[in-house]
Amino acid sequence: MPVNYYIFLSVALFCIGIAGVLTRRNAIVVFMCIELMLNAVNLLLVAFSKMHHLAGLALDPGSTAGTEAQLFVFFIMVVAAAEVTVGLAIIVMMYRNIHSVDINFLNRLKH
Amino acid sequence: MSKLIYLVPLFPLVGFLLNGLGRNALSKAVASFIGVGSVLASFVLSLLIFHETRAVDFTPQVVTLFDFINTGKIDIPFSFQVDQLSALFLLIITGVGTLIHVYSTAYMHEESEMHYARYFAYLNLFVFSMLLLVLGSNYVVMFIGWEGVGLCSYLLIGYWYKNNAYNDAAKKAFVMNRIGDLGFLLAVFWMIQRFGSANFSEVFAQAPDVPAAVLTGITLLLFLGATGKSAQIPLFTWLPDAMAGPTPVSALIHAATMVTAGIYMIARSHVLFDFAPITQTVIAIIGLATALFAATIAIRQNDIKKVLAYSTVSQLGFMFLGLGVGAYTGAIFHVMTHAFFKALLFLGAGSVIHAMHHEQDIRRMGGLRKFMPVTHITFLLACLAIAGIPPFSGFFSKDEILTAALLKNPVYYVLGVIAALMTAFYMFRLYAMTFQGRFRGTAEMASHLHESPKAMTIPLVVLALLSVFGGLVGIPEVFMKDAHRLKTYLAPVLDVKNQGAASLTHLPHNTELALMGGIVVAVAAIIFFAIRAYGRYQFRDEASTGLSRILERKWYVDECYEFLISKPLKAFSGFLSSTVEKVVIDGFVNGIGKAVQSGGRQLRLLQSGQVGSYILIMVTVTILFFIIQLFWKS
Repeated sequence: MPVNYYIFLSVALFCIGIAGVLTRRNAIVVFMCIELMLNAVNLLLVAFSKMHHLAGLALDPGSTAGTEAQLFVFFIMVVAAAEVTVGLAIIVMMYRNIHSVDINFLNRLKH
Repeated sequence: MSKLIYLVPLFPLVGFLLNGLGRNALSKAVASFIGVGSVLASFVLSLLIFHETRAVDFTPQVVTLFDFINTGKIDIPFSFQVDQLSALFLLIITGVGTLIHVYSTAYMHEESEMHYARYFAYLNLFVFSMLLLVLGSNYVVMFIGWEGVGLCSYLLIGYWYKNNAYNDAAKKAFVMNRIGDLGFLLAVFWMIQRFGSANFSEVFAQAPDVPAAVLTGITLLLFLGATGKSAQIPLFTWLPDAMAGPTPVSALIHAATMVTAGIYMIARSHVLFDFAPITQTVIAIIGLATALFAATIAIRQNDIKKVLAYSTVSQLGFMFLGLGVGAYTGAIFHVMTHAFFKALLFLGAGSVIHAMHHEQDIRRMGGLRKFMPVTHITFLLACLAIAGIPPFSGFFSKDEILTAALLKNPVYYVLGVIAALMTAFYMFRLYAMTFQGRFRGTAEMASHLHESPKAMTIPLVVLALLSVFGGLVGIPEVFMKDAHRLKTYLAPVLDVKNQGAASLTHLPHNTELALMGGIVVAVAAIIFFAIRAYGRYQFRDEASTGLSRILERKWYVDECYEFLISKPLKAFSGFLSSTVEKVVIDGFVNGIGKAVQSGGRQLRLLQSGQVGSYILIMVTVTILFFIIQLFWKS
């Protein structure tokens, strides 16, 4: 399958993510959209990695060139998981305090 | 001996440092010992150097002390020129300087110790600068001395700095000198640009190859410098005001030495001036105009020092006339004799002022010959010398200048003679009003009248002897063949090749004698008339009218300068400070502050606290960057 399809898919996912972040007010939805953007990037990384790796294999059957990007994907997933835990904790605290998860209520650094 | 030339200016410099730094600790005796001793030491050395330059086989020497400016193509060493001209000036400066230092020890004894030492420090610094001026072997060293004497003149005019009028006089002298100095400085730059050097020897050697227009420009600028320093039209008004300083200062700086710096400079650069006939004509005309103009003012002045000041301006005009007609020896001769008799006149005036307890108005004097015999006799001799009665010194020097003027242009001669006659008139008016008749001051003043102490009268006597016999070094050929020893002495420096028309042609001896006799008779008649007219002067406090009022107010020159130069300058400065600074400069500076402030106030609104809007901005800008990136490449 040509790499173009992967690119189009990930661009579409990224744009959906941006649109969601920009338009939604619900903190949880915003959060999900950020995850969407991260995963769009992950998808792109994997696709390019595969492409490079295939090109490298054609020259040398034992090559591992191009596989590094897949490691980055793991990093991103780990970091995203950590971020989600912190972020969700913040949202829970926020709901406890103001009984809402609307991000527009968070326009002041202190009350 | 020439190797030790650096000691000549070094002594006064050391004297200046000792007196200047130790002014709070030194007693008057020590301060005057340092002050007089340092100049006396220089005088002794100058005598030795003078003796050496008189030798037949003496060749002018340049003694280099150290590299001063040495960069790229310009090489200006700090070096001294030892030749007949500088040796003669060394002798005048240190000789008259020593006498005036001795005189000052008595004249200034009323000052407190600190100010007494300060006075001698300034005086020594002045002698040091003046020696640098005449010793320098290039225009840059000369300029250092030139500025130094200007500074000392400023310091000494404003010596009594608690009096604001004196400070103003000092500032006036300094500013007017600066105008001239600018001309000198430009001339030096021009010379360095044109000749690649400021050394006398190199500049003079190249002078014949340079177009006349350039030389005319350079010499005119040099002459502008000379008009400032030597108080010629149009920059002469500072000299009469400079009389605010102590009287010995007036004698040393504003009569004998500093004001002749311009004449020295032109005589030194005569090679350049010989190739610039236009400048010579300008010098002769300005000199003559100054001589006449100042003489008319001197006739109606009532301050004893002001009369002498205008007389100095007038005599300096004579010297410039001499320079302009190519009689360089005559001009230097007159510098020398003038140094003697004018220093004597000033010191005599100082003696009178001292006795009169700082009263300077000659209308309140009179009859002082009974109280001050030494001052009276010496003053009379000086008056005879300046008036040009033979065989006193002024006769010979003035006659030499006038003869040269006659050979150049009879108009110069006639006007010069008129100025000389006026000189005789105002000097004897001064003499008669001061020493003849009856005393016109208060009875209390009369009881204090006394002859001055020895330290003041001895310099007077020495200077009187010099004034009487000093002219004998330059007896004209008409009386005795080859008796003009000064001319023979200065010939190697002043008559290198271009002797000028004046010294090549000669008047028939009979004509010269007849003219001389005519002048002497006329001068004698005027002296007689002046003493008759003013000997029994009675004080009348009435406002003068007509011409005499104009003369009393000095032709309103100061008022004209005030109106033509000071007023517009002040208005312009006022405009700059009130409009340009307030509106343009302050507006610019404050405008930057205001722009930053109001810009910040507007930008602050972007920071709304809405996370959504931040992200929107972030995304928009990122997209913008991508677009720019895309289109930049193509």
